[in-house]
Amino acid sequence: MAKNDVKVLGAWPSPYVMRPRIALNIKSVNYEFLEETFGSKSELLLQSNPVHKKIPVLIHGDKPICESMIIVEYIDEVWTSGPSILPSDPYDRAIQRFWAAYVDEKWFAAMRGLRSAQGEERKAFLDQVTEGLALLEEAFGKCSKGKAFFGGDRIGLLDIAFGSFLGWLKVTEKVNGVKLLDEAKTPGLVKWAERFCADAAVKNVMPETEKLLEFSKVLAAKMKGAPPPKN
Amino acid sequence: MAEESVKLLGYWGSPFALRVKWALKLKGIQYHYVEEDLPNKSPMLLQYNPVYKKIPVLVHDDKPLAESLVILEYIDEEWKQNPLLPIDPYERAKARFWAKFADDKCVPPVMAAFSKKGEEQERAAKEARENLKTLESGLEGKRFFGGETIGFVDIAAGWIGCWARMTGEIIGINLIDAETMPLLDAWFQDFLEVPFIKECMPPQDKLLEHNKEFHKILTAAST
Repeated sequence: MAKNDVKVLGAWPSPYVMRPRIALNIKSVNYEFLEETFGSKSELLLQSNPVHKKIPVLIHGDKPICESMIIVEYIDEVWTSGPSILPSDPYDRAIQRFWAAYVDEKWFAAMRGLRSAQGEERKAFLDQVTEGLALLEEAFGKCSKGKAFFGGDRIGLLDIAFGSFLGWLKVTEKVNGVKLLDEAKTPGLVKWAERFCADAAVKNVMPETEKLLEFSKVLAAKMKGAPPPKN
Repeated sequence: MAEESVKLLGYWGSPFALRVKWALKLKGIQYHYVEEDLPNKSPMLLQYNPVYKKIPVLVHDDKPLAESLVILEYIDEEWKQNPLLPIDPYERAKARFWAKFADDKCVPPVMAAFSKKGEEQERAAKEARENLKTLESGLEGKRFFGGETIGFVDIAAGWIGCWARMTGEIIGINLIDAETMPLLDAWFQDFLEVPFIKECMPPQDKLLEHNKEFHKILTAAST
C-alpha cells in the first residue's frame, strides 16, 4: 500500500494522536505523519475535521476519520489481516469499550483538573485520580487474566486508550511530586506500564518524559497568557 | 431465549434507558425489566454498576454492562438481526462519530438550558441550537441517520427531539428551530412516529409533569 494513502494529522505531545499511530503500527500499516504546528491549525485539518477542528484525524484515501478511539476501531475493522485490537467476544469487547470510555471521560478529566487546580481543589482531584487508578488496577486483573496486557498477550483497545496517557501521567508525577503508579498500590499497572512503553508498536511514538515536561511548561505559560475562559 | 437471561435495570423517565429498550425492541429480544427507584438505588444496581451507580444496566446471563452507548454496541454484536451499525467501516465510523457528537455536544447544553437561569441559560440555549444544527449535517439529507430505516445514531440521538421540545416548553426558549434546521426537525418527527419507537416512549403527559417538577428543583438549587 502506498504510504501516502494513509495519513495521520497530529502532534507529538498529544496522547490522543498516539492512539491511531499505535493501532497502525500494530497492523504494520505505513502512514504519513503530518505534524500540526502548535498554536495554529492547517487548512487540511480544518477541512477534514470541520466539526471539532481537532487532532488526530486519520485520512484514508480521501476519507477523513475523526475522534481517536473511533479511529482505532476503524483501523481494526479495515486492516483485518493484522493482529486484532479488539477481542472477538461481544462481552469482552464491551468491557474494553467501557473502561476506555471511563479513562477518557472520568479519569483523564480528573488528571486535567489536577494540572490546573490549586490548594484544596488539588487534593480533591488527586484523590479522584488515585481512586481511578485503583479501579483500573482491578480492571487490569480481570481483563488481563494473568497475561501481559489488558488485551491479553498483545496490546488491545484498552491498553491503547489508557497507555497513551502514560507520558502525561509521568509528567504529572514529576510536577506534583506524587507517585501515581505505585508498586504497593498498583503493582499490576506498574509492570503493565513498563511493558506497554517498551512494546514495538508504542516505543517510537511515546514521547520522552523530559521532552513532554518541557512542553508542558510551554503549554502552562501559554495558558496563563490566554484570556480567562468563559463558563 | 428465556426472558430471565436478559435483564434491564432502568428508570421510566430516562432517555438513556429508553435507547436500550428501543434497541432490544428492534432486535426482538425478550427481557426482564426492573424499574429502579433512583433516590433509593437497589443493592443489585450498586453491585452491577459500582463505577457509576447509574441506570441503564443490561445484564445478560449474569454479566452486567453499563453505559448506554456501550450497551447498544453490545446488543448489536450479540444479536445480529436488524443491525444498528452499517457494515462498511467508514460508515460505522461516521455513525459512532455522530452518536458521540450528540452525547458530548448536544445533550449537555440542552441540559444546561434546562437547569440554569439568565445569561448562562441563554448561552446554553444558543450552544444547543448551534450544535443541533451541526448534528443536522450528519443526516446528509437522508430521512434517518440509518438511511431509509432506523440505525445506530437514530436510536442513540432520536430522543433528543422529544426532550429538547419539552425543555423548550418548560423554559420558554425554543431549542429546535424548524426554520433553521428543517431536516433535523423532520427527522425528529419521523423518528418519534416509527411504531416501535412510539410504543416504548413513556407517557408524554407524565414525562412533562415529571420534568416540570425536576426543573423546579434544579432552578431552586441554582439560585
